[in-house]
Amino acid sequence: MTRGTMTRVVRLREWARPVQPVHREVLAATPEVDEGRPPVLFVPGFGHGAWAFAEHWLEHTAERGFPAYAMSLRGHGASGTAPGTTLWAYTHDVVQVAASLPRRTVLVGHGAAALVVTRALARYPARAGVLLAPVLGGVATLLTSLVRNPLGTLPAVLGGPLRPSRTQLFSRELPVTQARAYTARVRGAAPRAQWQLLAPGTAEPAVGDPPVLVVGSPDDRIVSAAALTAAARRYGGAPLLFPGMGHDLMLDVRWQEPIDAILDWLDKAG
Amino acid sequence: MDFDSGYGSGSAATIWRDGRPVHDRGETVCVIGAGASGLVAIKNLKEHGFGVDCFERETGVGGAWNWRHDRSPVYASTHLISSKPFTQFPDFPLPDSWPDYPHHSLLLSYLEHYADHFDLRSSIWLGTEVVRAEPAEDGRWDVTTRVGRNGAERTQRYAAVVAANGHNWSPKMPEYEGLDSFRGEVVHASAYKEPSQLRGRRVLVVGAGNTGCDIAVEAAQQAARCWHSSRRGYWYVPKYVLGRPADQFNDLALSLRLPLRIRQWLYHWVMRLTVGNLSRFGLPKPDHKVYETHPIANSQLVYYLGHGEVTPVPDVARFHRGSVELTDGSSIEPDLVVFATGYLPRFEFLSPDVTGADAAGRPRLYLQMFSRRYPTFAVAGLVQSDAALFPLFHWQTVVFARWLRLREAAPARAQAFWAKVSSRPDRRWSEARVKDSTRHWFEVSHSVYLRALERVLDELEVGAR
Repeated sequence: MTRGTMTRVVRLREWARPVQPVHREVLAATPEVDEGRPPVLFVPGFGHGAWAFAEHWLEHTAERGFPAYAMSLRGHGASGTAPGTTLWAYTHDVVQVAASLPRRTVLVGHGAAALVVTRALARYPARAGVLLAPVLGGVATLLTSLVRNPLGTLPAVLGGPLRPSRTQLFSRELPVTQARAYTARVRGAAPRAQWQLLAPGTAEPAVGDPPVLVVGSPDDRIVSAAALTAAARRYGGAPLLFPGMGHDLMLDVRWQEPIDAILDWLDKAG
Repeated sequence: MDFDSGYGSGSAATIWRDGRPVHDRGETVCVIGAGASGLVAIKNLKEHGFGVDCFERETGVGGAWNWRHDRSPVYASTHLISSKPFTQFPDFPLPDSWPDYPHHSLLLSYLEHYADHFDLRSSIWLGTEVVRAEPAEDGRWDVTTRVGRNGAERTQRYAAVVAANGHNWSPKMPEYEGLDSFRGEVVHASAYKEPSQLRGRRVLVVGAGNTGCDIAVEAAQQAARCWHSSRRGYWYVPKYVLGRPADQFNDLALSLRLPLRIRQWLYHWVMRLTVGNLSRFGLPKPDHKVYETHPIANSQLVYYLGHGEVTPVPDVARFHRGSVELTDGSSIEPDLVVFATGYLPRFEFLSPDVTGADAAGRPRLYLQMFSRRYPTFAVAGLVQSDAALFPLFHWQTVVFARWLRLREAAPARAQAFWAKVSSRPDRRWSEARVKDSTRHWFEVSHSVYLRALERVLDELEVGAR
């Protein structure tokens, strides 16, 4: 943005070098009767695949009458991989899936995928955006993670996978065996995209002025309560908080509370 | 008496014009046409909070890209000539699974999906033709529509009008001496639908635009004989250069900020390496540099020239009963002549002073979209570009939606902008000097034109200071 433009129109580099397409994993659960509610697309954060939402939220959302979809970013879950994956490639994946759905879609991004969703909101006029325990990047995120989980974070600094620990992701309420099983499924993201988390730059303004909701837990050991408040303030609101839960709200024991709150909000936001 | 025939519920006629009732649609904006530019206009106006009524005289959406429409110019083999990144709407990408240059039927399904995804169909009245759009008091517009050919007319008053009526539906037929007495069959390319029409015939294709080249290539495969007449030498750009779609190569050079001269040189050099010297095939040498005419993207024409299946010939001089005389004095005997001579934009529902059209019917618009006399009127889609098209329509309609919002929110700033619109002289939105013809006057360079729209968008931003 050389002229300090507010609306970006010309994107020569992007047009000259389109993102390499890969196979994408998209899981779906559709309600029995279509009542015209908007589709909800769940985007799991770094290291997680569509499975993280397929566990509880996908079916529950469909049961409440919303067509529900969960995708895996490239290099995650059953999606394909491509070399040189960046945050922009992830954004491309999200917008591709959203545009393929029958109606204007609600984008729900978890963790670092919330950052991806903020980018996607600038490229696709979503019905609404939901940032779930959002990791919006910056040096503070790295420092917090280094203090809480040095062994899982240090390799990422050197280009290896980011490995969050069980205690970062889940509350103590979740049985240890279950938490271990989930954590074992978590892989790292693409090295360049992980690096980009450090200095992600500012997101372009969202197109179509969608309502944005921030959801999280004050006891999240990756995203602090202050970070949640700051994220919500960016979109002119306050975060919806669920105390006692871990970072992976969709997998924790009380998974139903946040998703019900999100769907209630969607019903109200129209 | 016919009362509300479905639309405009609750719009009681309290206004009269020329003895006819006018139904007031309040702040609603009228969009004329539901092709690509009309659909994107509806979507962007709705996104900016406007109510929209869109009238489409055909029975489906998609305009030129809907092959079911009588006026659609597409033929069975039509493929895009710009690759996907340049073709798609900027906020609604084409699917990754589609090829670089999709078939026209894919493009239609894209437009239909766009209409469904953004719930545009509830704003569109199909089979309804706009017969008149006339300025009314306070910058408003009286739009008279008719359902079917002989239906009753109905007039409604709108806050603004977007003419997205397209420019590829009214064939431009050239005039030649003796054409009337020519015994062979003569058709315009708009009547060309599929290759069986050429099978076994002796075909003369007139015109070296993208359509003319496509038909010449099909004639090379199907016809007994194919002559291809062009007035001047063109650059036939292959669809792929250096392993990527040619337009992506072009924008790579642009993104490196290479000046025009160097890019032209680079392009000529790449063309020499890939296509070679076209005068070897008997084609005239181009009398201009690349970027000075609408690019012709065709990899196959040169291939068939090289196989002797297409014979290049100069311009037609006159027609005789059984033959066609060419400007070099030679004579050929085709039994089918296809005029791929393009289309003319037409605005029959408007008085010429709205678009500022000159004697030749060529509109004079600011930024190729704003009327210079009526602030609440705009044309969408009246551009021809060296690469992108839908992105241009998208941003044009965002500009107009923002302009309408700014008029409400900040009248003083709107006044300043309007002073510019009404006084700025015409300019060309191209880098190189573009060859003048009825086909090229609305030719723009996508990068130059989009940069201009980008500046205007910032200027019109309601929140800006």
